[in-house]
Amino acid sequence: MSDATAPTQPIEVRFRGGGFAPKARRWVGLFVFVFLIGITEIGTRQGWISSLTLPKPSDVLATFGELWESGLLFKHLIPSLSRLAVGAAIGASIGIAVGIMIGLFSYVRAGMVPLVAAIFPIPKIALLPLFVIWFGIDEASKYALIAFGTFTPTVVATYGAVDNVDRSLIRMGQSFGLSWLSIVRKIVLPGAMPGILSGLRISLAIAIILLVAAEMLGAEYGIGAYILEAGSLYDLERLFAGVVILSLLGVILSTVIGFIERRLLGWRA
Amino acid sequence: MDIRLDAISHSYGDTEVLRDISLDIPNGKIVCFVGPSGCGKSTLLRLIGGLERATKGRVLQLGTPPEGCLNPLTYVFQDFALLPWRSVHGNISLVLEDHGIKGAQADTIIADVLARTKLSDFSKALPRQLSGGMKQRVAIARALAVKPAVMLMDEPLSALDSQTRELLMDDLVALWTRQSFTAAYVTHNLAEAVRLGHRIVVLSRRPGEVREIVEIDMPLADRSHGNTKLEQTQKHLWDMMRDEARAADEELLDV
Repeated sequence: MSDATAPTQPIEVRFRGGGFAPKARRWVGLFVFVFLIGITEIGTRQGWISSLTLPKPSDVLATFGELWESGLLFKHLIPSLSRLAVGAAIGASIGIAVGIMIGLFSYVRAGMVPLVAAIFPIPKIALLPLFVIWFGIDEASKYALIAFGTFTPTVVATYGAVDNVDRSLIRMGQSFGLSWLSIVRKIVLPGAMPGILSGLRISLAIAIILLVAAEMLGAEYGIGAYILEAGSLYDLERLFAGVVILSLLGVILSTVIGFIERRLLGWRA
Repeated sequence: MDIRLDAISHSYGDTEVLRDISLDIPNGKIVCFVGPSGCGKSTLLRLIGGLERATKGRVLQLGTPPEGCLNPLTYVFQDFALLPWRSVHGNISLVLEDHGIKGAQADTIIADVLARTKLSDFSKALPRQLSGGMKQRVAIARALAVKPAVMLMDEPLSALDSQTRELLMDDLVALWTRQSFTAAYVTHNLAEAVRLGHRIVVLSRRPGEVREIVEIDMPLADRSHGNTKLEQTQKHLWDMMRDEARAADEELLDV
């Protein structure tokens, strides 16, 4: 190994570990928002972003203030939230139930997995007329659309999560003579919970998308109706005010799930 | 309660893993199963506890399990099999809940088994906070909680480092000396076998057959480290197994 000539200088070993371990960095997310909005504000004020391209963020905020003061905000928000809550709750709970059944029973798996694969890629928005015929133009068709849209991703995430539950834990449960129900309740469900919750993040985002789609058709009030109306008038301030509400809704839901994860999955850390 | 294996044979598809195994696991004794890797010793243990069904032959329970026994045949697994979302206390109460034992009655049992495995201070800890040795002691405590008639131990110390293994062997000897239990103990570690086994069953390589049954009369408590007589036995076992172990190691795995 060593050279026959003069002894070489010792070289310090280069550090090459590290990385690949994301850590919590608190204010960065906020900073990105503030930065982007700030750039837009400056750009629209100075004119290098034309007012046709983007509205002034301050104007959007003013529109938002008007919405709040006139009480219209809650007139739109409350029906939207209730549609979202009812639809997503129905879709997610049926989805989790079916997903667990697929995870546990061979026949359900054989029958349902192809069906779910067939339903998943259908753009649910395209089925809205069908839902209107089935459930009427009222709330029921909106619930159905949102429920249907949340159902498929929840099913897929849930049965994947059940498949990933450590089989040796189930074997252990059987070896101690635990009943079938106990094994499902105390081993399978908690073991699948991380996968179910990360599936819910996706399902709920899809639910918000479908909420707007459902409200674009036959809804007097609702964030979707508000956005549609603003859009058809090319009223960009109001359009963006509506979009901001949706984004906030997404952030809030994701935070809530993050909170639930910390509560339920503290054992992972 | 004794366990009798009556002409057990087992195959996975075309692969025969166990052939015509008949032996007794007598009450209050530890029977060790050793053999080269892939000889079916873990399969045999799963057959004994009813986690798998033998292709041929029967596993018989002779006599009735002792009073208060909740789960006659109880496993201790190599990978501990603790629920990561339950505390030490919760992991033990898990196996009591289904027998309707809750509240103060469960707490008494849990406190007792935790004391016997020297874990009393850790009842609120989560598995991820425990070392490997402690995890296995929790698993042993959990097994003791159901007052088993026979403990089925599947390489319980194999996932641990050698120092921890040494300590846990002492713990097992102490547990047995205080209150003798019946156990079928699968291991590939001959030192463990001669230390803990009253009877050592040597299996041949696949298909596993009983090659020899070695009895060791020396009381467990007297079997100290570096005992010449035990080392002789261990050497005898190794001589018997060496060639087979080498041949088994060179086999392709397709089970």
